[in-house]
Amino acid sequence: MTRNVGIVIVSHSPLVAEGTADMVRQMVGEEVPLAWCGGDPGGGLGTSVEAILAAIDRAWSERGVAILVDLGGAETNSEMAVEMLPDDRRRLAVICNAPIVEGAVMAATEASSGASLDDVQKTAEELRPA
Amino acid sequence: MTQPDMNACVERSVLIRHEGGLHARPSVKLTKLAKNFSARIDLGLSAAGPWIDAKSIVKMMAAKAPKNTVLYFRAEGDDAVAALGALINMVERDFTDEA
Repeated sequence: MTRNVGIVIVSHSPLVAEGTADMVRQMVGEEVPLAWCGGDPGGGLGTSVEAILAAIDRAWSERGVAILVDLGGAETNSEMAVEMLPDDRRRLAVICNAPIVEGAVMAATEASSGASLDDVQKTAEELRPA
Repeated sequence: MTQPDMNACVERSVLIRHEGGLHARPSVKLTKLAKNFSARIDLGLSAAGPWIDAKSIVKMMAAKAPKNTVLYFRAEGDDAVAALGALINMVERDFTDEA
C-alpha cells in the first residue's frame, strides 16, 4: 500500500493542536496520516518529548512525517524526539519552519497527492515570512 | 480548438459564484484535483495572466479570487483537456463533492 507522507502537529495547547488537526481533516480529508499532541499532563500548556514520539508513531508513514510546531519548546522537544527515533526513521522525520495552522493545511494538501517528504516540507515552508 | 495535438495549450474560463470566492477550502479542492493530472495547469485572474501554478496550494490560496470573478485556466500536456474539464466542472458545481 502506498501511503502518503504523515503530518504531526505539536502545540503547547491541546486545543490549538486538535483544532489544527480538525482543519486538516475537514479541508484536506482523510488520506493523510495525521496526529497531534499538546499540553502537559497536569492540563496546562506545554509539550513533551514522549507525547511527540507517540504522535510521530501514530502518524508514521514509510514516506516519512512532516512535523508542524508552534513556539520554543514545541520546536526543541520535537528536535529531541526526532533525535531519539531509530536510525531508519530519523531521516524520514522533518520539522517544518512554517506557521503551525497554515503550514499543516498546506503540507497536508501537498501530501495528499502523494508528494515526497521534501516537497511537503518545501510547500509548508513557502509560507515563511521573507 | 478541435485539434488532437496532445501538447497544445488549452484554455478555458469559468465564473466563480461560490460565496467567499476562492477561499481556503475551494483552493484546497482545486489544487488537489489539479494534482491528479500530469498536465501543467495554470490559473490566471485575467485572460492575459499573470499565471500561477494551479498545483501549488500556497499560490492558489494567495490568489484570493473573490466571488463573481472569472477564473482563467490554461493547461498543457497529455491530459490537459480532461484536467480543465474537471476543474471547470468543480467550480460550476460550487465545489461540492462529486455525485
